Amino acid sequence: MSERSIQWFRFTAPANFYDLAGRLVPWFAALTVALFAAGLYLGLVVAPPDYQQGDSYRIMYIHVPTAWMGMFLYVLMAIYAAIGLIWRIKMAEIMAKAIAPTGALMTFFALWTGALWGRPTWGVFWVWDARLTSMLILLFLYLGYMALHAAIDDRQRASNASAVLAMVGVVNVPIIYFSVQWWNTLHQGASITVTDAPTMATIMFVTLLIMTLAAWMYSIAVVLARARIEVLERERKASWVKERLEAET
Amino acid sequence: MMEFLAMGGYAPYVWGSYLVMAGLLVVEMVQLRYRRRSLMGWLRRMARLTDQEAK
Repeated sequence: MSERSIQWFRFTAPANFYDLAGRLVPWFAALTVALFAAGLYLGLVVAPPDYQQGDSYRIMYIHVPTAWMGMFLYVLMAIYAAIGLIWRIKMAEIMAKAIAPTGALMTFFALWTGALWGRPTWGVFWVWDARLTSMLILLFLYLGYMALHAAIDDRQRASNASAVLAMVGVVNVPIIYFSVQWWNTLHQGASITVTDAPTMATIMFVTLLIMTLAAWMYSIAVVLARARIEVLERERKASWVKERLEAET
Repeated sequence: MMEFLAMGGYAPYVWGSYLVMAGLLVVEMVQLRYRRRSLMGWLRRMARLTDQEAK
């Protein structure tokens, strides 16, 4: 047991992380391509049109996974930021910073596809209701985190200050999730919950699951790739970086 | 094929969602590759400089 925990902690060392992530990224990238190919085929070709919304509902297959990803990634970012702030683990700080751009992108996708889905179904691209507004705030939190990180020159101070912002902002995530229950919103409630059976056809549910997995695999691949670059930047003076440079030519 | 592209009259909304997402995902990946490549180049140049100073 004790031996195992020692092994585990070795991966928090930047050099070990760099090597391990380098081996993992191609696998996650391959899974991303396979899952997106299957999900897009099922979602755009195989799955039948919705009896009420016609083909416009197909936006759901990217809208829902990206909205989930935006929220998951924010929580993950805040956890890494907290670990980095409390235990001073360098890799946790790097992971938090590496997650932010992809989280922001996923949140933007959720808003963009939501607007394009809202227009044919609700008649408007945007309304200031609780779900949409709290999701927009999530995007601003990501952007604020990134801007704060970039605005402070001292690396440790930048990491600490933005970690506090990330942790405070986490309160917004349950607000997004429960907004459709707490307030009267135009946005529909959850079709998939942990406790009840999903209220949609099996083919649609399976496709949504595959697209969600694809979004996960993509995010993991991109975040690990970005974290590797961050590690190299921070550790540029370390001897292991020179060894890797020589090995990779 | 035309029927597929028409998306039952919702083409601008469906394709506007999927294509913008695909495009930006590609931008993110290209940007990462470019950032990695330029960083590696810079690190190699710095390594060569310190090697010369050592000699």
